[in-house]
Amino acid sequence: MRWLAGLLAAVFALALWQAVVSLTGVPRFILPGPALVAETWWTSRALIAEHSLVTLSEILLGLAIGASLGAGVALCLALSKSARIILQPLLVFSQTLPVFALAPILTLWLGYGLGSKVAMAVLIVFFPVASAFLDGLLRTPRGFLDLANTMQARPLAVLWHIRIPAALPALASGLRLSAVYAPIGAVIGEWVGASQGLGYLMLLANGRSKTDLMFAALFTLSLLSIALYYLVKAATENWSRRARDIA
Amino acid sequence: MTRAPAIRVEGSARLPDGVLFSALELDIAPARWTCLLGPSGVGKSTILRLLAGLGTEAVFDGAVVASDGSDIAPRVAYMAQEDLLLPWASVRDNVSLGARLRGGRVDRARLHELLDRVGLGAMAERRPGALSGGQRQRVALARTLMEDKPVVLLDEPFSALDARTRSDMQDLACRLLENRTVLLVTHDPAEAARLAHKIVVLSESGQIALDPPPGHAPRAVDDPDTLNAQGRLLALLRKAA
Repeated sequence: MRWLAGLLAAVFALALWQAVVSLTGVPRFILPGPALVAETWWTSRALIAEHSLVTLSEILLGLAIGASLGAGVALCLALSKSARIILQPLLVFSQTLPVFALAPILTLWLGYGLGSKVAMAVLIVFFPVASAFLDGLLRTPRGFLDLANTMQARPLAVLWHIRIPAALPALASGLRLSAVYAPIGAVIGEWVGASQGLGYLMLLANGRSKTDLMFAALFTLSLLSIALYYLVKAATENWSRRARDIA
Repeated sequence: MTRAPAIRVEGSARLPDGVLFSALELDIAPARWTCLLGPSGVGKSTILRLLAGLGTEAVFDGAVVASDGSDIAPRVAYMAQEDLLLPWASVRDNVSLGARLRGGRVDRARLHELLDRVGLGAMAERRPGALSGGQRQRVALARTLMEDKPVVLLDEPFSALDARTRSDMQDLACRLLENRTVLLVTHDPAEAARLAHKIVVLSESGQIALDPPPGHAPRAVDDPDTLNAQGRLLALLRKAA
């Protein structure tokens, strides 16, 4: 029933959109109707696919590198209290810098190619993963740790057999968040300077008053993000289910 | 397993807002069950955690000494009220947790023998979520036995079980933990009357040691002497609280 409700909402939104366009007679370079956008999406499908592939690879690379870095840093911080004391404020401080503001400098350093976009996505993905995973690693149920203590356990073995598995639900929610954020990072990177990608295509279309193409690219990006979110969600479903067992 | 030592705990413990216990002198008999009873907040669990070498909120001033003079903490196996089974690990992996945490080899033969002895031989691959409360505590008991330690600390391990399962578990634990030095912290006078070789009631005014009812543990649940002892213990606990 939930998908039916979603479908209804989508149909309603499209109908409203078309009605506004038809009734107000707004020019198509200001607001194209959904039918025109769909038509453009279909006729320009090769172009959109080409640019989607670029953006998708930036997102996936950013997600993979950012999540690995985030998880790795969380593990280091979980193991060392002194590292936590020194690095945690730095980590929070890094989040007060708007990533948008860093985009030009990343482009300056890494050029107009793939590198600067991946770096943007990495920056935006890193924090939610690191902070959610670290939080999970530091909240291991006390009883498990007591038990491990009476068993004369090695710290690394406790991390591997108890603390990491117990923190996987937290890592899963960090990953789901970052799946939503990663496309934002990639597209911002493309806006600042690129010669391909959906963000570049949107700017290009906008500059030439091809608003229908702009919308088509926008919806493609949105579909990509939704697909990515559900993919990550499905992949981490097992981990999330554990949260209920642990609690 | 090395020989089960006697243990003596003496001293006092202070919490930030006052004294937890003072002038405690607790003698835990070797290779016997000592049951520690008393109202909540008199420091029963603190004593147990001290023996296990676990951190406590209270500051302890005193000594915990084994009769043979060696350290106690490395010779302790611990079982709590919550079964502390890892929900993501199978019964087999939960029972062999100790060896895996020490980076040692898991003794497969012993693992399966213990699972059979607690009646869970057919459930080695199950996850704890698929087990009943009683079965989960039996897995925890198997894990405790797998450690094969001369000193076993039990912190109200059966209190969350229904009456029938609880008495079954008491029988099983009593049989399987024979010849170990056991300290059982419990709220349940019936449990102490059934299992103890020695009963110590802890209260704010001090400690009282009681002789257990006659007969070998585990004593029958309907044995008149045991029931009588249970009644006297309950009366004492009500006075102590």
